Amino acid sequence: VTMTVRDALNSAMQEELDRDPDVFLMGEEVAQYNGAYKISRGLLDKFGPKRIVDTPITEMGFTGLCVGAALSGLKPICEFMTFNFAMQSIDQIINSAAKTYYMSGGKQPCNITFRGPNGAAAGVAAQHSQDYSAWYGSIPGLKVISPFSAEDHKGLMKAAIRDPNPVVFLENELLYGESFPISEEAASPDFVLPIGTAKIELEGTDVTVISHSRNLIFCLEAAQVVKEKYGVSVEVLNLRSIKPLDVPSIVESIKKTNHAITVEAGFPAFGVGSEICAQVMESEGFDYLDAPIERITGCEVPTPYAKELEDFAFPDTPTVVRGIEKVLSLGEFA
Amino acid sequence: DLPESSFETYKMDAPELTFETEKSTLLQMYKDMIIIRRMEMAADALYKSKKIRGFCHLSVGQEAIAVGIENAIDANDDVITSYRCHGFTHMRGASVKEVLGELMGKRCGVSYGKGGSMHMYAPGFYGGNGIVGAQVPLGAGLAFAHQYKNKPNCTFTLYGDGAANQGQVFESFNMAKLWNLPCIFACENNKYGMGTSASRSSAMTEYYKRGQYIPGLKVNGMDILAVYQASKFAKDWCVSGNGPLVLEYETYRYGGHSMSDPGTTYRTREEVQNMRSRNDPIAGLKAHLLEFGIATEDEVKSFDKAARKYVDEQVKEAEVSPPPEAKMDILFEDVYVPGSEIPVLRGRIRDDSWSFEKKGFAYK
Repeated sequence: VTMTVRDALNSAMQEELDRDPDVFLMGEEVAQYNGAYKISRGLLDKFGPKRIVDTPITEMGFTGLCVGAALSGLKPICEFMTFNFAMQSIDQIINSAAKTYYMSGGKQPCNITFRGPNGAAAGVAAQHSQDYSAWYGSIPGLKVISPFSAEDHKGLMKAAIRDPNPVVFLENELLYGESFPISEEAASPDFVLPIGTAKIELEGTDVTVISHSRNLIFCLEAAQVVKEKYGVSVEVLNLRSIKPLDVPSIVESIKKTNHAITVEAGFPAFGVGSEICAQVMESEGFDYLDAPIERITGCEVPTPYAKELEDFAFPDTPTVVRGIEKVLSLGEFA
Repeated sequence: DLPESSFETYKMDAPELTFETEKSTLLQMYKDMIIIRRMEMAADALYKSKKIRGFCHLSVGQEAIAVGIENAIDANDDVITSYRCHGFTHMRGASVKEVLGELMGKRCGVSYGKGGSMHMYAPGFYGGNGIVGAQVPLGAGLAFAHQYKNKPNCTFTLYGDGAANQGQVFESFNMAKLWNLPCIFACENNKYGMGTSASRSSAMTEYYKRGQYIPGLKVNGMDILAVYQASKFAKDWCVSGNGPLVLEYETYRYGGHSMSDPGTTYRTREEVQNMRSRNDPIAGLKAHLLEFGIATEDEVKSFDKAARKYVDEQVKEAEVSPPPEAKMDILFEDVYVPGSEIPVLRGRIRDDSWSFEKKGFAYK
């Protein structure tokens, strides 16, 4: 049985809306239009306009309104048409949602889920192509999720809605239509994944490839390529969660493979890959490395529009292959 | 009876100028105002003796608003404001000791020393918000929750004349009107946003009209009876399903914007003196108490004495209270809700990282 990421998100929200009357969905075009990317298709019909709420195009305002409702005890799902628009409301996410619990000495929890597509889509140029994992990942008080498969999306969306803290749930528009096999267990309304646990997508022994979200597609393809080309056994680690980062799983895998690369679509500086490198340096993982970790990232450039340049600016399968070749001294690096 | 000049209206009828209230309410409002004033004066002194750090914004002169609103609403209504929040925090249930303890960074503080001057909370009181204007959509969200839960309650969302120009205030007006939220947008117009007079920041200074499609009411914020009557009216307006309302409480702060501002470079000493001597909300209510025969001069004096004694005691208790200990478990508590923490929070060096599972250092 397979399921698309779109349907996984839709059923996760549906199940949580069914389960808890304090959960509601608010955002631009989520109700009558059925969602800009159809993630909320059918929810208005099922739950009515009180719980599926269309907003005006005022991100800062409706984000603040959702946070206020959460401080009052409701459990909003605040949808951004894309996280690029959440730049308008990042103050409310960070200063109002993430910090109030601490500033109040634990008196004011804020159970809210911020969700929407993140990272580069296709052909939408610089203002609509940015990965915010590292931005939100640096903020104490937030949890940040960046899922890959349909199961990830379903189990972690439900976990995010139930988590009593503010959670930033970063989706990828280009994954919405992708189908993934889904277990019987994951199809059940009781299926919830724990936040903060990485998943080994592919077991291997020679090199660890650490990634999140859509770039895992390239990692899995590259694993196949180097297996055929060199007989190399790649372990692919799907982070699933950016904050907390599952450092123990990263270190565990490095202890086995002694080599690692990171793969992400974010900008290189101060990114998820940078953080992974720092964490490994600070842990016993460092002692097990036979070569420096290689980072594969987006280029340090505002995302260009033309397809030739856009493709050139982000990781792809051949680039991941080069990264693996480099840390293992293969091919051009031999 | 309130004077004719108490209210000005925009797209609505004014509240009744004649109203009845209990003697006990008037006495309580007087006692509350003098306690807030004493508390703020104590904060001023503690700041000057370097026992309070950072920013500190006092509301001396503006006491009628926090007190008038609280007496007009009940515990199930919500209040949210910006950083000038001490009076509201006290009115929503925090003791003077908790407020001053927070200012001094003590464990007995209302936020256990984690929030400071601008971040204080109490049941039905959502801060204490330090980003100018950001509390306004939060207040709309609190009102949204009342509506969602079908509760007959409202939210007083306070902001200053300075914040009134923030874009998100207008975003909130729009959603509140669109969805008929029981939200009272209450502008405390104290004439200056920091050192910028209203007319230098606002293209139109009639803040009660700036809801455009939302009715508005301007209130003499220096007369607690007007504040009380307008606030009761506003709550009734909202819970009767009329949607939001914009209130403008015209008020005045006697001190500077914050402790670093003497408050005299952008306004004259005469202006401040004039407001103090002619429009003071405490002196105004005192005159009413005497005029209506609710209290004698001696009784009023005894109230003042009692307030001074109470605040002095609370100051002493707060002063001798310990600060939060510089320990990892105290530093890292309340970043996340207990039981749902992220496993390890990093200290200044990795060896100081804290594990919630181990309730101890993560790597030792």
